[in-house]
Formats: sequence, structure tokens, C-alpha cells
Amino acid sequence: MTPGCLIATFLVIGIIFVPFGLFCLQTSNHVAEINRRYDVECVPNAYRGNKQAYIKDSAISKNCTLEVKVLDHMRAPIYVYYELENFYQNHRRYVKSRSDKQLRFGAKYTGESCSPVQWDHNGFPIVPCGLIAWSLFNDTYDFTQGSKEIKVNRKNISWKSDREHKFGKNVFPSNFQNGSFIGGGKLDPTVPLSEQEDLIVWMRPSALPKFRKLYGVIEEDLEVDETINILIRNNYNTYTFGGKKSIVLSTASWLGGKNDFLGYAYIVTGSMSIFMSILFALIHVKYPRPQGDTNRLSWNRKNSNN
Amino acid sequence: MRWSKLYTFNCFRGHHGDASADGPSSDGAGAVGGPGFSRVVHCNNPGLQKPLKYPTNYITTTKYNIITFFPKAIFEQFRRVANLYFLLTAILSLTPVCPFSPVSMIAPLAFVVGLSMLKEGLEDWRRFIQDMKVNNRKIAVHKGDGEFMYRHWEELCVGDVVKVEKDQFFPADLLLLSSSYEDGICYVETMNLDGETNLKVKRSLEATLPLEEDESFKDFQAVIRCEDPNPSLYTFTGNFEYERQVFALDPGQILLRDSKLRNTSFIYGVVIFTGHDSKVMQNSTESPSKRSRIEKKMDLIIYILFTVLVLISLISSIGFAVRIKLDLPHWWYLQPQKSNKLDDPSRPALSGIFHLITALILYGYLIPISLYVSIELVKVLQAHFINQDIHMFDEETGNTAQARTSNLNEELGQVHTVLSDKTGTLTCNQMDFLKCSIAGVSYGVGSSEVEIAAAKHMASGDDDHDMPLEDIWEENNEDEIELVEGVTFSDDRLMHGNWTKEPNSSTILLFFRILALCHTAIPETNEATGSIAYEAESPDEGAFLVAAREFGFEFFKRTQSSVFVREKHTSPNGTTEREFKILNLLEFNSKRKRMTVILKDEDGQILLFCKGADSIIFDRLAKNGRVYEVDTTRHLNDYGEAGLRTLALSYRVLEEAEYSSWNAEFLRAKTSIGPDRELQLERVSDLIERELILVGATAVEDKLQKGVPQCIDRLAQAGLKIWVLTGDKMETAINIGYACSLLRQGMKQICLSIPTGDQVAQDAKKSSLTTEQAAKESLLSQIANGSQMVKLEKDPDAAFALVIDGKALAFALEDDMKHMFLNLAIECASVICCRVSPKQKALVTRLVKEGIGQTTLAIGDGANDVGMIQEADIGVGISGVEGMQAVMASDFSISQFRFLERLLVVHGHWCYKRIAQMICYFFYKNIAFGLTIFYFEAFAGFSGQSVYDDWFMLLFNVVLTSLPVISLGVFEQDVSSEICLQFPALYQQGPKNLFFDWYRILGWMGNGLYSSLAIFFLNLCIFYDQAIRAGGQTADMAAVGTTMFTCIIWAVNMQIALTMSHFTWIQHLFVWGSITTWYVFILAYGMTLRSGDNYQILLEVLGPAPIYWAATLLVTAACNIPYLIHISYQRSCNPLDHHVIQEIKYLKKDVEDQTMWKRERSKARQKTKIGFTARVDAKIKQIKGKLHKKGPSLTIHTVS
Repeated sequence: MTPGCLIATFLVIGIIFVPFGLFCLQTSNHVAEINRRYDVECVPNAYRGNKQAYIKDSAISKNCTLEVKVLDHMRAPIYVYYELENFYQNHRRYVKSRSDKQLRFGAKYTGESCSPVQWDHNGFPIVPCGLIAWSLFNDTYDFTQGSKEIKVNRKNISWKSDREHKFGKNVFPSNFQNGSFIGGGKLDPTVPLSEQEDLIVWMRPSALPKFRKLYGVIEEDLEVDETINILIRNNYNTYTFGGKKSIVLSTASWLGGKNDFLGYAYIVTGSMSIFMSILFALIHVKYPRPQGDTNRLSWNRKNSNN
Repeated sequence: MRWSKLYTFNCFRGHHGDASADGPSSDGAGAVGGPGFSRVVHCNNPGLQKPLKYPTNYITTTKYNIITFFPKAIFEQFRRVANLYFLLTAILSLTPVCPFSPVSMIAPLAFVVGLSMLKEGLEDWRRFIQDMKVNNRKIAVHKGDGEFMYRHWEELCVGDVVKVEKDQFFPADLLLLSSSYEDGICYVETMNLDGETNLKVKRSLEATLPLEEDESFKDFQAVIRCEDPNPSLYTFTGNFEYERQVFALDPGQILLRDSKLRNTSFIYGVVIFTGHDSKVMQNSTESPSKRSRIEKKMDLIIYILFTVLVLISLISSIGFAVRIKLDLPHWWYLQPQKSNKLDDPSRPALSGIFHLITALILYGYLIPISLYVSIELVKVLQAHFINQDIHMFDEETGNTAQARTSNLNEELGQVHTVLSDKTGTLTCNQMDFLKCSIAGVSYGVGSSEVEIAAAKHMASGDDDHDMPLEDIWEENNEDEIELVEGVTFSDDRLMHGNWTKEPNSSTILLFFRILALCHTAIPETNEATGSIAYEAESPDEGAFLVAAREFGFEFFKRTQSSVFVREKHTSPNGTTEREFKILNLLEFNSKRKRMTVILKDEDGQILLFCKGADSIIFDRLAKNGRVYEVDTTRHLNDYGEAGLRTLALSYRVLEEAEYSSWNAEFLRAKTSIGPDRELQLERVSDLIERELILVGATAVEDKLQKGVPQCIDRLAQAGLKIWVLTGDKMETAINIGYACSLLRQGMKQICLSIPTGDQVAQDAKKSSLTTEQAAKESLLSQIANGSQMVKLEKDPDAAFALVIDGKALAFALEDDMKHMFLNLAIECASVICCRVSPKQKALVTRLVKEGIGQTTLAIGDGANDVGMIQEADIGVGISGVEGMQAVMASDFSISQFRFLERLLVVHGHWCYKRIAQMICYFFYKNIAFGLTIFYFEAFAGFSGQSVYDDWFMLLFNVVLTSLPVISLGVFEQDVSSEICLQFPALYQQGPKNLFFDWYRILGWMGNGLYSSLAIFFLNLCIFYDQAIRAGGQTADMAAVGTTMFTCIIWAVNMQIALTMSHFTWIQHLFVWGSITTWYVFILAYGMTLRSGDNYQILLEVLGPAPIYWAATLLVTAACNIPYLIHISYQRSCNPLDHHVIQEIKYLKKDVEDQTMWKRERSKARQKTKIGFTARVDAKIKQIKGKLHKKGPSLTIHTVS
């Protein structure tokens, strides 16, 4: 651990980090992203003052169309996300309220862990149980470009292992969301859980109150300045808790989505290191301390002070 | 035979009983029956004695018994605040508020508490076994009808008559009734009480002398009324009622438990104090549980962390309550209307309180229970290393060093003051006749260590003061071995009868006769070999006699009135046996400082032989007796400087008439009655002990234990202060001071003592004060003078030594004076306390410990050191020849004093650094980890949700980061053991506490805080909302948590890799193994479906995502950069000593530039005023000064 060795360490860190950071930044810059908030826009003007009434009234049509302009060329695959804000999927009460066993093996594993959503009002087990499933996100999106429909692939948006091992192939939704008190979306009782990919994605709680979840994949390129129309069925109630809803279309690089932060962080760390190596090199040049210089030993220093 | 004839002075103490037999009116006895003097002993009458209910002789030193062990030991455990906290969390973990499973909370606690209790139990068991051994010793007790039977010690009761045989310990405090000698004397060795090895004479009352055999106890009845149990070893007051007469008792008749009967075949005695009432047990102090300074400071840090913990828990619970109150009703997805009491929006305060408990448990990672487990484990391993150290293995006894408690390992590295016993610790209690000066000629070629080293130093002709002494030591050690094995004295001029050819052979003959005749020893012929051993009151006399035998004057027989000597070379016929009639014997005492024997030789000539301290003898020389005075004085100074004990020998030829007139006066004085008898005797003795003719002087080396001066020297260089506490008399103690180089010529000695009785009495009369006050006054002024002297000293090289006497110490330790005394003592380079009782040793230790506020270490070997060993921060016992009491009471035991150096300078230094770094690192890593949990709360609505899987958190301290830190605590060494020894100054890092000061602790905590922030927020920003994969998937809580955890594992393990300076394959294995273990674990965990969202997280989710690896690299680097900056700064601008030495070693400069290396090694010694090196330096300075004065003409400058 000589000073020279340390200066070299800093330099090496810097030399690796800065170019890598630049590379990340560049990669991130190549990711095209369209982000459109729609929760307010989609409420008819009449209900702007009382959004909750709007969302709770099933008689009102929740359809809503957005026009989005493509700013950059977007190469397929283009990922479609819904983004929620101020939604505490990471709340302990929420996270706990599920039963992995039930998801995998079926109704007989319904238990207290799903509290408070485990039995319907008739006392039958709810499958899938728990708050997470109960509050399933249920807005849907359809994309058209002019009159042409843009196909959104809703398959393979969840992790393969989830589909294959954690959600049972023989477990079908039952007694789900048919009572009076409806949280989120409904599930087709004829489709096994392992194929309910929206649910599988939703069942992975997010780390933060603002999160994106994959909705589907557009498997065709979108050209610059094209306008696409998104037909939204704005079912999900974010108005009660003041949350925001957005739809996001994004391409992906090897790093994932648009992530400038990683690049910047690398560059900052790297330049810090280089700065430090220069600083210590200067100190080393200006006040050189030969290796094992005996004058630096405490007993010798004391003498020189005297 | 009445040996007591020899003890002329003692003879008359016996009459004292008669004198006061008229009634209990004499001073001390007057109090008998009053408060504090209530004990009544019905001798030999159990019927009367029983109702008085004094305790039996059973002793117990254990802390617990079978019933109390569990509650008491558990109570002890939970007196530790941390344990109490863990207990609380464990209890709470059984309730639903706990965020973790109960097992993960209870198991570690049970482990820690169980381990500690097991340790306690084992230690107590050992004490119990030791007690049992003592309690089950056998002793002959009078059963009635004059029959004695062997019984266990524990069954002994007050009033029993016991018969103690030669070399047995006294089972309780006894009143001596009679002994195998007609005049009722017996010899007692009080080694275990006061550390003195010379035999003491006890004498029974004349009235009980007839009780000489078993039969005579048939009808023996007596009553003793005496003082209540008390710890004073040297006082006793009581009355003995026997045959309708009352006799006053004094300490001279009391035989104390734990002392040993010597040279007397048996004695009879009555038990007065049993078991815990006995004086020695009263002297024992409760063995305190000791904790090291670092641990105490650690507790403080734990309190701070606990405060932080409570604070962030409060923040959490308030945040939670606010959230519940304001936001929860809107969060429909949580079904607030169905909430239970843990999160009830209508009662936010209650929910907040419940949440507080949850938070306290959740953030419990700030105060890791594993810290305690790890420290315990590390200390046990460190202790194991100490026990295994081959360099502390004593080949003679086959004993290794033993860390008897592992609590104090790191305390060894912070010792400031060493308090040492003398006999058995510094010295082997063996005297060697090394030199003598006869008729102005110095004989004896053997050299003391100081001389050898100094001579070599000078002979090298090197002006460089800093020349290392290592080489000298090494050669010196060889000499030493020779000396121990062979005959100590060697000089062909005197040996083998060659002295007859010397010019002054008649003087030499006289000299040898004085050696062989002027003493009080008793020869003991070994029947088997025919060789003669001498039982002498002091080991000096033994040495004289052995030397005389070597010269051909073998003392072989003593009768009541004569001494017989076998002389080899005095007559042409070969060996002749001569008889010398002893006429008078004037005993040695510390006031007279001389001893005289008057005898008549075979020619009828009356000779007076006198030996004594040189100053005393020189004052009494006749005009014609001063022929050799100048030369002898010079020799005496040389001997004294060489650390030898000296005595001057002289003689006088008495005329028949002169003697008889003196003898008449002497007899008159002897038989006089009254308090001034002793004064009378002294006066009369003084009359005859004058007009002496000087013959020569002797020089005896109080054999130090192997390596003691070197060890003291090194310890002094390491900056340690050394105090010697001894039960011996002042002269002996000062001599040893010289021998150990704690004292040297030219050192200013400040001697504190209470003036003799009469002087004080006179002073007291003058100033109308009590004797005690007068003594105190005088001591006070002595201390003030001493302090003044130290203050006024200008010469920086001047050194002071403080020598204090036990009586003076008793006053000096009183509350009003002790700080003055301590301040003076601190100013002095060395401190020697003589004539100290065991209790005083403990008190001095306490004074030093509390007064200086630094770590003290007490080292001793005998039972008299137990108090001191227990009182000191660290007690070290010498597992030598003496009993095991010191070792049993000690925290560490070594078999020789010299191993103390390695124990402190190597193991202490290492253990201190290891533990300090380990604790700092532990705090760092748990802050870095624990705070991320807290930050996450802020983003999870303070709901108590953890971002990490339960298993990660459980394994964090137990598996993933434990082994590297344990290896740091066990194996870390900044420099090798050789360098520790070569650079004693490095030890000062411990007492200065460079590695566990607040700067460093807070630095590490700050580092932890920074790391937690870096880990959490960097990861959060990277995994905020964007896709993490080319496949477009976003990160969920499991992915973020796992990535963050990966970063933590990397960061803290990299940090410890940077912290370590000593890498072996073990460290590499542990550090990199821990990181690998994490990946292996997450892979394996991902295979099981129990893992929930972490199912296959590495293989499927994170492994293929480059951003995961990129984040790990970034965060690891970012976390460690501040530490790198810190060490860069330290290394390039402000290196510590061990850094420089590491560099020198690394660059192999020490091999290339040996002079530099040696120079630095000698410079690395602390400027010290004591120790051997300082002494040699002083000597050289002195000689150089002389040379300078004498001018350029070269004179012989042999040191001896």
C-alpha cells in the first residue's frame, strides 16, 4: 500500500470508469422513449372536479384516446409500460398479503397470509387471494396508426420461471372479484394462472411507489413523426389516492431502458478517481516521501520538532 | 537444645507474658471485652464453644453454588445492556409486530448467553475444585483424652487443639501453645502472606510450655478473649486465661493461616479464627469481573447506536402514524376499512406505538448481536494463540502462558503501569556470593550483567550512543547460563586454598571465619548424601555459608553454645574441625543494620565479629582499623553500582577483662524489665561494637530470574512505568532496584518513611499532636520536599526514584494525601514500595488505576499478590514454585517474568489492534447495512417492509461477512512479532489508544453512513423505473433488494480486504470466499420455491442483466473511494510508525542498509530513565565526563 500503488489504483479506476460511463451514456441516448400521462386527460371535463365519482361509476364509459407523436425512430421491439406513481406496492401490508402456495397449488392453500382478501362473502376461497391480486391493474391499451392497428404482443412479458414454476398450470381463478367491492381487474376463470401474464407481472411488487410494469411489446418499428393513437380503457382508480398514470413506449438497449444516471455515476466516480490520483501525485511530487523514510517515524519526528 | 539461645533478643519477649500476667491492664489488652473485641474461645472444650457459633473452617471462593448459579449467572448476563436489548427483541419477536421470524432472534441470543454462562460456570467450577483441595487437607486434631486424629481442614472449629507438623500449612489462625523445641519457639514461613522468604520466629507463652505431648492435652482447658476478625496481619490483641491466670497475647504467639511451619518438627496450637474469619481470608478481596477499556468504550458506542436506533425508529413510527392517519384511508388497494390494530387509521397513535416496536426490531441490525458472538469467539482464539506461543513456553517447568480469561486480551496492548512483586517474580529468591573485597583487594571475576554490558559497550570504542545493545545481550545470555549452573564465585587467588599464598592471608583467614561464624543459620545434614544445607533466616546468610564452604570453611554443626567449622587449609594436617564458643550474639535488625557475634576460639582468644551495612561499620572503625577503608569504599561503590548487595565485615579482639565487664552490663540490660529494655540493650551493644578493624566487604547478587533486566529494559523502552511492590525490607528492595536497573547511581532517591517511634513521640510531645498525626505531618513534608525537588530539577536527564516504606504508605494511601503521593510518584522514573502488606498492594494498585486513569497490570506469584492481581486491570500470575493462589486469581499466567515482554509487546499490541479494528469494522458494516433498511422505509410508507429477503438479513452477519472480520480479529498483524520486539515504541500506539479513539470510531461510522447512502441511492437511481434488461423487464423489489445486497456484500468485503495488512491464504479464502458464498447462496436459494420473488433471480433476472454487474462495480468502487482517499492521505502525508516499518520491510531496506535499521531500532526506544540501557548510557556519560576532565591522557577505563 505505497502511495504510488494507491495513485495507480485511483488512475486505473478512473481509466476504466470514465470510458465505461461514456459508453453507457451513449447507449442510453440511443434509447427512444415516449412517456404520456393520461390519468387527468382521460377524465371527461364534467368530472374533473370529482374524479372519484367518475371512476367509481361503472355506467360512464372509461374509453379515452390519446394521440402520441413519435419523436425518434423507434426500432422494434418497442416495450409498452404502464407507469404508476404514488402507489405503494411496497407497503408491508400489501406485500405480505399473498400466498405463493395458493398461486402454485390452488385453493386449498388459502390462508391467513392473504388477509384481508382470502374468503369471499360466502366463505369460499378467493383464487388468487390477497391484496396484490385483488388490486390488479386493469387499464388496457390499443394502438392504431391511422387506421392500421399496431399489434401489441402481450405474451412473454413475465419471467419465464414465474410462469413455469410459481403460477400453477392447473390453478384457475375462482371467486375472484365478483363481489360488490371490486378492487382492480377481473380474471378469466378459464385461463390458468400460469397464463395470466398481467397478473404474474403485477404480482411482483415494485420497490418504489413509482414504478413501471411491462404491458406488452410492439413488434414493429415506429418512424419519426408518425402519430399513433392509443385507445385507453381508463378503469384503474388512481384518483382516490392521488396517483398518476402514464403510458410509456420505450426501446431497450443491452442496458435496458433509458438510464442516463448509470453513465453519469460512472463518469463522476471515474473523474473523482482521476482527480484524486492527480492530487496525490502532485502531493507526492511536491512533498515526496521516500518509501520507508525513517524520518517519518514518530520518534524521529519528535526530535526534529524539538 | 534450646535454639532460642541464639536469638538473644527474642529470649526476653517470653518474659513479657509474665510481666503483664498480673492483669489485663497493659495497653492493648485493656480493650478486650469491649466493642470489636468480643471473641471468646474456649480451648479444647467444644461443649462450651458450640453455642458461640463461629463459622467452621470451610472456605469457599466461588461466585455461585448449584442453586444460585442459574438465576445469578443469568442476572449477570442481562446486566449487559446489549443482552437486555436482545432479550427484549427476542420476546417481542414472538408477537405479530416482529418483521422477522422468532427463531432468528432467539437462537443467537441463546447462543451468546449460553456460551458466556458456560464460561462462567467452568471458571467457577475450577475455583470450587481448588477450594475443595484446600478444605480437604488433613490436620491432626485433638479428639479428647490426649488422642489426636486426622481430620479435614473444613471440619476444624474454633477452640480445637491441633498439631501441625513440619512443612505443613497452618489450617487456621492459631495460638501457639508449644512446639517441639523446649522453649516453645517455632519457625514460620510467611511467603503466602507477605512474600517474605526469611523465617520468622514465633514463641509460645511460658505458661503453656509444659503442654509438650499429646497426652498433656487430656485436661487442657483455657479461655481466650480476643479481637474480632480483622484483616491486619501484624496486630493481635487478646487475653489468655489459663490456670486462673490471665496472660496478654501479642502477634508473636499467633500463627496465621496459609503460613508454613519450618524447621520445627511439630507445634500444638488452639484455633482462634477459622475459615473466612482468618486474617488471610479477611485480606482477600472479592474477585471483580474485569472488562477491558475497549469493551467499556464499545458499550458507550452501543449506547450511541441505540440512541440512533431509537431515533430512526421514532422517525419511522411517526412517519407511519402520519401516513396511516392521512394517507391510508385513500389507499384503497390496502383495504383500510379492514385493517387491524397494527395499522388502524382511526387510531394512528396506537398503531404508531406498535410500529415503533416493529421498527426497533427491524433496525436492530445497527446493534449486531453477532458482534458479541464474534468478539467472544475471536478472543477465545486469541487466547488460544497466547497459550500456544512457543516463545512463552518454559522448558524447565513445561508451562506455557495461559490466558485464563479471554476478556482482557486487548487490554494487554494498553498497559501504562506495571506493578510487580519482587520475590519470586523478579528474583528467584536465591543469593549468589559473587565478589568480595579483602584487605583492599577485590576478588571475584564473575561480573554482574550491568558490568559486562557496559564494558563491552565501552570496549567497542563506538562513540555513537545509539549503538544497539542486542549483541551484548546475546553474548551476555550465554554468560548467564554459565553462572547459574557453575559455582558463582570464581577467582583462583582464593579458591582451592590458594588464598594462603596471598600477601594478606591472615586477613583473608579472618574474613572467611567471619563468613562462617557470624550468622544465625542452622545446618541440616542430608542423611543420604552427607551434604549440608543451611536453614538461614535470610538467604544472604545462606550464600555466605555456601561461599565459606567453597573456600574451605565448612560450618557443619551448631550446639547451644558452640559453632563447629571444618577448615581445610588452615593447618598443614589437612582438614581440621574447630569449635568456637559463642559468648554473645547481637541480632540483626533493620535499625541496627549490623550483626555481631562474640566468641572464644580454641586458643581462648575472645573475638568480636561484626558484619553490617558499610556506613554503620565505617562509623565504628578503630583508628588502626581503617587501613583498607579507601579501597574498600571504592569497591563497595562499584559493587553497589553493579547491583550487588554489600555488607562490610570487621572484627575486634577483646581482652578478657573488657569482655567480662561489658558482659555484666549486658546481662543487666537483658534482665531489666520495662519498656526501655530494648533501648538499654541497644545502648550496651553499641558499647562493644566499636573500635572495629575492617576486614573487607562482601557482594552478593540477589539472583534475578532469567531475563528480568532485559525484560524490564524493553518494557521501559516501550514506555511502560514499572513499580515494584515488595514485602521485603527497604535495603533489599533498593538492592533489587539496582539489580533490575530500576535504580542506578546518580539517580536522586526520594525515600519516604515514618521516623522511628521515639523521634515521632518526641515530635509529638513538642507539637502536642498524637503520634499518628506527627507521623503524618512528617510524611507530608517529605512528600512536599520531594515534589519541590522534582520541580526544581533543571537537568532533563536527571531521574528520580521514589522509595516508600509500608508504614509511610499506610498514611500516604489515606484520602487526603494519596493524590499528592501519586503526583510525586508519577514524576519519578521508578517507584519502589517496601514492607507492603497484601492489602496495601491492592490499595496501591487501586490508587494507580484510579489516579492515573490508565491501564495497570499487576504481576506476582504468591498468595500475597492476589489482592493486587485482582485489583489491577490485568492480573498476571507467575506459575512458578509458589502455590497456585496467584495464578488462580490472575487473568493471565506466565511461567517467568521475562515472558511478560512478549505477552505485552507482541500479543498485547496485536490483540489491541485486532479488536479495535474489528469493532470499528463491525460498526461500519452494520451501519452501512442497517441504514439502507431505514432509507427504504421512507420509500415504503414507513410500513416496516424490508427491501431484502429475510434470509439475506439473517445470513448477512452470520455467514456472509462474519469470517473475514473474525480472521481480521484473529490473524491480523501490522508488523511481525520480531519487529514488535525490535521497536518497543510501537507499543505506545496502544496506551495512546490510536486505534480506538473517537476520531477513528467516528471515522468508521461516517464511512458506514456514506456507504449506506451510496449503496442505497445509487442503486435506487439506477433501478428507478427503467427496464433493466434488453428484454424490457423492469426491476421489482426482489431485484432491487438483491442487487443492493450484492453491492453491500462486495463493498464491506472489499473494505475489509483494504483494511487488512496481513494476508495469508486464510484471509484470501475468507474474504473472497464470503463473496463467492453470496453468489452460491443466491443461486441455491433461487432454486427453491421458498424464495418467493427471489426464485431464480440470479440465473434468470439479474445474471443476464449487464446493468446488475455494472451497478455492483460502480457501488463497490464508490463505497471504497473515501477509505482509499483516507489511506492515501495518511500514507503520503501522515504515515504512522507501522506504515513506515512495513515499507522498510517491503522494500527490504533493512537488509540493504543495516546501519539504518539498527539505528532506527535503537531510536525506537522510548526516552527512558530507567532500565538497563538508560543505566549504561548514564555510565558512559559519567565515564566520558571523567575522561574529559582528566584531559587527553588516556587512562584505563575498565568499568569494573
